[in-house]
Amino acid sequence: MRAVRVLVGTRKGAFILTSDEKRKQWDISGPHFAGWEVYHMKGAPADPNRLYASQSTSWFGQLIQRSNDGGKTWAPVGNQFVYDGVPGTHQWYDGTPHPWEFARVWHLEPSLTDPNIVYAGVEDAALFRSIDGGQTWQELSGLRGHGSGPSWQPGVGGMCLHTIVQDPSNAARMFVAISAAGVFRTDDAGKTWRPMNRGLRSENIPDPHTEVGHCVHRIAIHPSRPNVLFMQKHWDVMRSDDAGESWHEVSGNLPTDFGFPIDVHAHEPDTVYVVPIKSDSEHFPPDGKLRVYRSRTGGQEWEALTKGLPQRDCYVNVLRDAMAIDSLDSCGVYVGTTGGQVYASADAGDSWMTLARDFPAVLSLEVQTLS
Amino acid sequence: MIRIVLPAHLRTLARVEGEVMLDVPGQATLCSVLDALEARYPMLRGTLRDQVTQQRRSFVRFFVCAQDLSHEQMDAPLPDAVTMGTEPFLIVGAMAGG
Repeated sequence: MRAVRVLVGTRKGAFILTSDEKRKQWDISGPHFAGWEVYHMKGAPADPNRLYASQSTSWFGQLIQRSNDGGKTWAPVGNQFVYDGVPGTHQWYDGTPHPWEFARVWHLEPSLTDPNIVYAGVEDAALFRSIDGGQTWQELSGLRGHGSGPSWQPGVGGMCLHTIVQDPSNAARMFVAISAAGVFRTDDAGKTWRPMNRGLRSENIPDPHTEVGHCVHRIAIHPSRPNVLFMQKHWDVMRSDDAGESWHEVSGNLPTDFGFPIDVHAHEPDTVYVVPIKSDSEHFPPDGKLRVYRSRTGGQEWEALTKGLPQRDCYVNVLRDAMAIDSLDSCGVYVGTTGGQVYASADAGDSWMTLARDFPAVLSLEVQTLS
Repeated sequence: MIRIVLPAHLRTLARVEGEVMLDVPGQATLCSVLDALEARYPMLRGTLRDQVTQQRRSFVRFFVCAQDLSHEQMDAPLPDAVTMGTEPFLIVGAMAGG
């Protein structure tokens, strides 16, 4: 019997939801780290019982928690994130230079092959790596040092490195996304990086086609086709067919192409999911209807998925790290909302059930498919 | 013996209940008390002060004998009432809310 474990990070703690492969009955444990913000939790693909969690508050700063038993017990590991060398400056909101200052870990990405290797995307934007299970962290400073770092600017949510995508076919290749700088790629395991933003167009910056400075919200790949990337940008849903070298828009018939999360079906590389919200100034679904949109054609043609989702008076958002896909035969799709709801579909989005209705605001959601 | 009262979140993190009793050798100061506290409970490193600059985190306060010592020099001696254990050393998360 296979099973799924859903890891939910919220504004006031973490929750772990488990079910068998039918995904009809769910057990909920938590809150773990009650009262703390949990920006992200993720399990190691090479050892599903190894979990990492990013726990923080404005009062007491950043902690990293690790579990070796699937979230039953946790222990704090290393929380010292020190920028390599002289940190330097990036641009502040008013355009003045601002010293690089660590604020928090937005995203934890365990290695595909070694549970003791884990990457951390942090604010102010940088990428760190631990090779000892989170005890110590070293910056992969070639990212900030590639040249454009001093020109990076924060988005309203802070200048965060929020997305880390590993290429399963090439251990040396990795993509990261930074708000508001854009996508970067390394082909040498993090030593050097190149911006990957050609084809992006952002109307609300001085040069809409700039090489660096785009507010990329999320990128996703399918493991079987890692040269194809999908992106939810501040506005626009984009696609690259050449590993990020160039992008083209696939927003097509979406009611709005603003949103945060994007993900790909576990078994169909051309089936993509987004959650459109009204605009950059109104972070809620159009018409008060929460609709996940699915394209089965790799973009352009989208269908609304509504069965089981609230279709009136709904004004929540789904944040960039709060949608996930399981890999059971009938692919599961999961979203967590800023209203504290967790919705799940066991049939690739055709119908949805409510797993939790009254959690604190959901910051992140990941799912593990367990043997 | 110095009596330290931690805020609730940090008691949970350090897995302690009630006050923490610390023997701080030499002249007790803000710095030496925090050093001793972090040595006993390494999981608290980074929660009270920045691990690089050693600056107090903005929303953490140190109260003793009905006084706020948060802005005092880190090497300033603590009052005798604290070093003798008559009064506790309070570590407080700043009030927030609306």
